[in-house]
Amino acid sequence: MDRGGLLMWRDALLVAGKDLRIEFRSKIALNQIAPFALVVLLLFAFALDPDRGFLGEATPGLFWITVLLSTLLVVQRSYAVEAADSGRDSLRLTGLDPAGVFLGKAAAVFVVLALLEVGLAAGVRLMYDTSLRGWPVLVVASLAATTGLVAAGTMYGALAAGLRARETLLPLLFLPVVAPVMIGGTRAFAAALDGSSGEGWRWCGLLITFAVAYVALGMLLFEPLLEDS
Amino acid sequence: MTTSAQVETPRRRRGRNERLATTSSRFTRALGVIALLMGASALLLALVISPPEVTQGDAVRLFYLHVPLAVAGGYLGVGLLAVGSIGYLWKRTTFWDLLAASAAELALIFTALTLLTGSLWGRPVWGTYWEWDPRLTLTAVLFVLLIGYRAMRTASVDPQLRARRSAVIGLLAAADVPLIRMSVDWWRGLHQTATLNPLNPSLDGMMLFTFFWSMVSFAVLFLWLLVHRFRVAWLEEQLADRALDEAIAQRRAEAPQTP
Repeated sequence: MDRGGLLMWRDALLVAGKDLRIEFRSKIALNQIAPFALVVLLLFAFALDPDRGFLGEATPGLFWITVLLSTLLVVQRSYAVEAADSGRDSLRLTGLDPAGVFLGKAAAVFVVLALLEVGLAAGVRLMYDTSLRGWPVLVVASLAATTGLVAAGTMYGALAAGLRARETLLPLLFLPVVAPVMIGGTRAFAAALDGSSGEGWRWCGLLITFAVAYVALGMLLFEPLLEDS
Repeated sequence: MTTSAQVETPRRRRGRNERLATTSSRFTRALGVIALLMGASALLLALVISPPEVTQGDAVRLFYLHVPLAVAGGYLGVGLLAVGSIGYLWKRTTFWDLLAASAAELALIFTALTLLTGSLWGRPVWGTYWEWDPRLTLTAVLFVLLIGYRAMRTASVDPQLRARRSAVIGLLAAADVPLIRMSVDWWRGLHQTATLNPLNPSLDGMMLFTFFWSMVSFAVLFLWLLVHRFRVAWLEEQLADRALDEAIAQRRAEAPQTP
């Protein structure tokens, strides 16, 4: 690997370390976003009669909707920490590789979101009484879907950041774009829980395609977004 | 399409090297006449002359509107949005930004009309206004994506920031379309309802001709509207610049004279 490529990964590690350190100290994701996800799981139980087994059947969809909503909050938080004290300008002035900044911010969001998903999986196992079968598909689908979500989320978070309408603009921009992740994640989970992993692997293929496409687009297109003041 | 502010003839204005306060030109007037004549003849063919279909009856006539709207909005509109966005990120000029913006706005309107005509067609033929057909789903997601693009354009007043971020959104949205297409195809692939295949060679000659004539007419109509929408956007940009210059000149005039 050439020197520029190495520097990009080093920059990514620096940015990811910075964001995770802020999270470790502020514990916003742990104290606010994780409880929010738990509340959403409760709300689904109120909406769908728990005695009739709807919750178990709908688990894949409910799981991914909860993840999508939580992604919005994690991404918003990721850019809120840059908004204070002109963090965005400082980030630009450091001269870090824009692709590295993108990868770093996405990696930090990935770590937070992946931990949240583990918690959510435990939540649906306990509260919805869903037995988690076909775990290889579940794990691969989750990793691929989460990569796609954080890559798209990091892009749209940067696009909405600094605008007065950012809180309302981010969901409108982000949610339709990740429709393939919602469909792919839900279908892969449904197939795995039904015990038909062949079908599940096919959906994993779609999720991986989405993830690769958005990571590549993010690395290419993040530079013009860092130009803003 | 001239504004009331334009008193002098275009030629005299052009002679004075002033920008025209109009979106019209000899070329677009000719294009407009052609587009309207083609549109009218396509409607005549679709609604009156072409025969009703065997199973769908007169409902098939909506297809001569529906499919060309979908093709003009989806392919031409989104294609030009992508071209404009790439062009802006490469060249960083207002031309490409406004091309993307104009194409996206027309694509939004055409996509809305596609959904409307599709629902109206679905009610008599499928017995329901909405069916989770892959193409319908794709169109619905595309519609929301275009609304998002428009929302971005109204979210900022800084023209450069708006142009840069809109270009990235336009590009991401256009790149997403094949992925959404693939996912909804797989999602509904197992129980897809039969859709009319317009390229079916057994289609009646008159119906086939009507179909293709409508396609070409709507494409020309789209391009004609695009030229005008682009020019309106261009004039708006000029107006904003001029208003700023005048405001600066006024403030300068108010300042006390320094020796």
